[in-house]
Amino acid sequence: MGYSAFSLLKNALTGHRHWRPAWRDAAPQAQYDVVIVGGGGHGLATAYYLARVYGVRRVAVVEKGWIGSGYAGRNTTIIRSNYLLPGNIPFYELSMQLWEGLEQELNYNAMVSQRGVLNLYHSDAQRDAYARRGNAMRLHGVDAELLDRAAVKRMLPYLDFDNARFPIQGGLLQRRGGTARHDAVVWGYARAADRLGVDIIQNCEVTGIRSEQGRVVGIETTRGFIGAAKVGLAVAGNSSRLAAMAGLRLPIESHVLQAFVSEGVKPLIDTVVTFGAGHFYISQSDKGGLVFGGDIDGYNSYAQRGNLPVIEDVCEGGMALMPMIGRLRLLRHWGGIMDMSMDGSPIIDRAPVDGLYLNAGWCYGGFKATPGSGLSFAHLLATDTPHETATAFRLDRFGRGAVIDEKGQGAHPNLH
Amino acid sequence: MLIPCPHCGARLSEEFVCHGDATRQRPAYDASDEAWTDYVYLRDNPAGAHREHWYHAAGCHAWLVVTRDTRTHQIIGVEVAR
Repeated sequence: MGYSAFSLLKNALTGHRHWRPAWRDAAPQAQYDVVIVGGGGHGLATAYYLARVYGVRRVAVVEKGWIGSGYAGRNTTIIRSNYLLPGNIPFYELSMQLWEGLEQELNYNAMVSQRGVLNLYHSDAQRDAYARRGNAMRLHGVDAELLDRAAVKRMLPYLDFDNARFPIQGGLLQRRGGTARHDAVVWGYARAADRLGVDIIQNCEVTGIRSEQGRVVGIETTRGFIGAAKVGLAVAGNSSRLAAMAGLRLPIESHVLQAFVSEGVKPLIDTVVTFGAGHFYISQSDKGGLVFGGDIDGYNSYAQRGNLPVIEDVCEGGMALMPMIGRLRLLRHWGGIMDMSMDGSPIIDRAPVDGLYLNAGWCYGGFKATPGSGLSFAHLLATDTPHETATAFRLDRFGRGAVIDEKGQGAHPNLH
Repeated sequence: MLIPCPHCGARLSEEFVCHGDATRQRPAYDASDEAWTDYVYLRDNPAGAHREHWYHAAGCHAWLVVTRDTRTHQIIGVEVAR
């Protein structure tokens, strides 16, 4: 059943008792052409584009919990394509363009809101860096505007412009950036993939990857063996653990990133704004809560919870940027596990084991990449060649010295 | 997270700087590219016991090797790095 104003009205008149489940609860079959491990946004988007664009018939997504229960449900929902390096910009812009047509494509309200993303600068050197970034974006056909102090003040008058340590001098604005509803993205892709025949198998944890004569032939799971001609891993946060099942080590460390929501308030922040002198970013959800975050905790973790020093650091960043939030109470905070790659950029590539494919290393930029990652990974799985926008995301780039290092500070798992 | 420093006693983690995996061994300067790539970029990244370097920056300035469970943040052991 397609969703429309008519279907909404019809179901409203019958007390909303006749809505059908949006996707089947599939049981695993013996053999698939492609099995995607990981029922988050990336895995479900990959399955959708495999079926929709590349016509692959027998596709399954296996998920250890319920779909969207991992890091697709733990991010801060920001979408943007304000990157600097040639290896990144076309890919993230493809993703941005897919966001812009996503709801029509999926017939699902993902609440994509292009409310703008504003990165503030606080020094002459930072202004120059942002001017360069903005120019790089515009050369690639991406929108970018460098705002001066007066223009930022018209937009967000409540910021602490004359902060003694970090006065705000201006910002780099991408108007097409914004937010999307993270759960709805998962559900929308799941529903659309299911309608194309993709099996979504929940509560099915992968316990091993079976190989025969050096080639992957399927996965061992808590619901038995599932044969597959190709296996794609889209399990950010746990990529190293899954890759280790195939004897691989990755240039990735798993780190915890915390995020926060305040109590709900009336409409206050109508864009996404980031503090340039520390690490703090904030937007307001449609329910009214202020959604914000900052740095990773800085040590390896699979614990899905962080520690107090970073909570304090994030809140200090917020107070330096907009002191008015000081009286708000924190409603919730949580931790998610990030695949921190050694150059801050992702990996979409064939693994050095035949039949195994990697979609990993998203650091904490994975959510915005969901549509582009799905399309690019589907392209790789279907054709064994990288998508034209994802040719730089190779696993062997580290050994070749071809890293994609947006921060320009070398190998360390604290980049993004 | 409290880290029991052998010199200072149990101290808050914010006094320390974490420098990651302590099991890596720097190869000889003329080692192969593969050995250097492995050292600089590749990690075991275990879910469980992890040996890692912590520097007591706001304390005694000692380099420590902390063994910590990455699933629970429980500290299993601390020794002075050497």
